[in-house]
Parts: sequence; C-alpha cells; structure tokens
Amino acid sequence: MQGSVGYNLTFAAAICLVCAVVVSSSAVSLKERQQRNAAVDKQRSVLLAAGLASDNEGLSADEIATRFTPITQVVVDLASGEAAADVDPVGFDQRTAANDPARSRVAPENASRIMRLPNEALVYEVRDVSGRLDMVVLPVEGLGLWGTLYGFVALDGDLRTIRGLTFYEHKETPGLGGEVDNPRWKALWVGRLAFDQTLTPVITVIKGLAGPVADDPYSVDGLSGATITSRGVTNLLRFWLGPDGFEPYLTWLRESERTN
Amino acid sequence: MSRTRDALIDPLFNNNPIALQVLGICSALAVTTKMDTAVVMSAAVVFVLLFSNLFVSLLRNQIPTNIRIIVQLTIIASLVIVVDQVLKAYLFEISKQLSVFVGLIITNCIIMGRAEAYAMQNPPGMSLIDGVGNGLGYGVILAGTALLRELFGSGSLFGVQLLALASEGGWYTPNGLMLLSPGAFFIIGFFIWALRTWKPEQVEQD
Repeated sequence: MQGSVGYNLTFAAAICLVCAVVVSSSAVSLKERQQRNAAVDKQRSVLLAAGLASDNEGLSADEIATRFTPITQVVVDLASGEAAADVDPVGFDQRTAANDPARSRVAPENASRIMRLPNEALVYEVRDVSGRLDMVVLPVEGLGLWGTLYGFVALDGDLRTIRGLTFYEHKETPGLGGEVDNPRWKALWVGRLAFDQTLTPVITVIKGLAGPVADDPYSVDGLSGATITSRGVTNLLRFWLGPDGFEPYLTWLRESERTN
Repeated sequence: MSRTRDALIDPLFNNNPIALQVLGICSALAVTTKMDTAVVMSAAVVFVLLFSNLFVSLLRNQIPTNIRIIVQLTIIASLVIVVDQVLKAYLFEISKQLSVFVGLIITNCIIMGRAEAYAMQNPPGMSLIDGVGNGLGYGVILAGTALLRELFGSGSLFGVQLLALASEGGWYTPNGLMLLSPGAFFIIGFFIWALRTWKPEQVEQD
C-alpha cells in the first residue's frame, strides 16, 4: 500500500488540506488585529512627523487616537491640488490607489523611481481653534539603497518651514541608512526651509555637517556611511514637494489661506 | 531519563546547531543587532522546531519516503506562516524589525535538518524535546551574539541605554563594526573558538 502512487497522492492532498486550513484560519482570524496595528502605526508616524509625539513614548492605541483628534484627514487631487470632496478619507489607502490603474497614472521619470502616481493622495491638516492652518503633514516615498522609504513630512502653516520628517517603513541597513530613524537626526530637520524664495524645493541632505538653521536653512547633515540613502531622502522630498507631487495642493492651500 | 536530558542539553554546547554544525548562520547575522529581536526570533524558532519535530515524528510511519522532504517542508512552512501572522498581530513593532527573517525560518537548515535526521526516526516525545533543545541551542548563540553586538554597537541592552554615548555627551564611542554583519561573523567565530577550546573533542581532525 505505502509507496504506491495512489497513496502518495492521497497523503500529499491530505497534508496540503490540513496545512491550508491551519494557515488560512490563522490569517483570517488575525487579519483585523494586524490591520488595526498597521493603521495605528501609520497614525503614530504622522504624530511623530508633526512633533505631536516623540519616539521614546510608548503610546497606546487609545492615546494615539486621542492625540489624533485635532488632525483632519483630507483626500486631495494631486493634479489640481484641490480637495477631492467625493472621496472618503476613512479607508482611503494611497498605496492601493497608486496600484489601481483606474485611479493612477504613470509617473514621469524621477530620481526616486516612483513608477505610478495616484490621482488622489491623503494629507493631514492641523488647524488651530480659529481654523487657521497650523501644519500640514504630507506622505512621501522614494527609493533609498535597498528599497522604498515610506514616511511623512510636516510643513508649518507658512508652507515653507519643515516641522518634522519621519519614515515608518524602509529597508535601509541598520546603523547606516537605518539611522533615518534616529531621533537626533530627525530633530535636525525641524526649522529647515523646504523651499527657497521662488518656492522651488531645494532642501538637501548634504555630505557632512550642515550649519545652524539660521545660516544654512536649506541643508541637513548627511548620514555617514549612507550616501545613497541620504541622496534618496533628498530626491524623494524634492519629488513630492515639486510639480508632480504636492506643489499644486500647496499652491491651492496658500491661496485659500490668503482669502480666509 | 538521561536520554531525555541529553536530547535537551546536548544541542546547547556539545552539539550546537550554530557553533558545531554551522547551520542557521544567515539569520544569526541578520537579527542579532538588538537583544529583543534576537530573543523573539529564538522563541519563533523554538516554536517552529518543537511543532515541526512533533508533527513529522507523529507522521513518520505514514509519510511516503519518496515525498518526505516536501511533506516536511509543507509542515514547516505552515508553522512559519502561523508564527509570522501571530507576530504581526501581537508584536507589531518587533515583527517590523524582523521583517523577512521570520519568513526565512522556512529555509533555516536547522529545522529541516532535525526533521530529517531526528524526527523521522524517533518517537514524538523525544522528537519534541530534541526540537526544544536545538531551538535553545540556536537561541543561546543568538542571545550571546546580540548581547555583545547591542552592548558594544549601541551601548544598550533591550533598548535600555547602559553606556553613555559620546554623541550624547557621554564617554562611550560605539563600535560601528558590531552593527554590521561582519561583526556577527567575528563574534560567532570567537564563540566557536571558545567552545572548541573548552571541548577539544569538537575540533575537526585534518
């Protein structure tokens, strides 16, 4: 009996069936929890970029939700820069949108190797009690050394000054490019200017040390041993703050703030 | 009784999967920059080894010889996916840092090695103990390597800063080599040297 083709096939089928049931039931039963974790993690990085939380705080999901209350999520049309009122920000996933041919287009050639651009993007606006814009947090992504870095950059209400930068997903070498997660490096970004007088994104991660904010507002210290990651961060910021990224939205925001 | 004890204790020092058999080196380099990732990774490997040995041993008289490797692999792969899912649900931060290496437990030679070399010939109880023993043998080296790498590479243990770093006004300048894969190679090499000095019977004759 054992060793016959029929026995082998039956045995293989039975093993596959049992294993498939185990794997799929664990995946299905834990899915909700995993998605919640991922969503909370993303919210945490928005708070980190906005300076509303710090790295060494072990925030619970509830605390993150509380701190998130002053933040409004807005879906914007990337090309026109205006808020896309017909898209619900809850449940909007920019990465899914970028991969959906119906909701995205081929990106123009860029140094960050972004292949597709979503038609809409999810941004986070922070306003004070009078409704004046205090800060806007924009999602950014682009190629580093080993893979794509995903993160957020927070701009002050003047839409020129950087309030913070953080990455929530990347594959850079720990200790070298992975230092993009280092709180001390991230602190260097606060107060630097993303745009020059003509509103061109000029912020650069330079080789070596940048001067103090007042003298050297457009530069940030490079990460030693991580030239390609540093260059990747420069590229991705320039792309997303530029004409193919959020420039139309920022222009629209400037105008609407002026009329308000 | 002593056979049971041997199955559990032997893989720790006398027949360590990393130090003597030099298996599972890839993940030992990748996840040992920090203690918490090393400990979670070891726990995951112990879990997978325990159950893969148990199930393979339970089925050892039923598994057809000519498809036994793929059957073992199916069992191991399923267990690894379950571990990965659980980590993503309950230890999200650490699973983010371990990234692909949890999935790569499937390719860890220790697990297939024990299934093929031990669980296929021995009863379930002993196989289970052998699995735990080998998992711990892997874990001992991982924890030891991570201890040195995190302490000298980042001046901390389990993320708690112990040595005041020079970049933050302290006295300790971290050794960057420790954070890179070659650092782990050196440490594991020194472990093997120390172990073979202590137990000369492990030295290969040429």
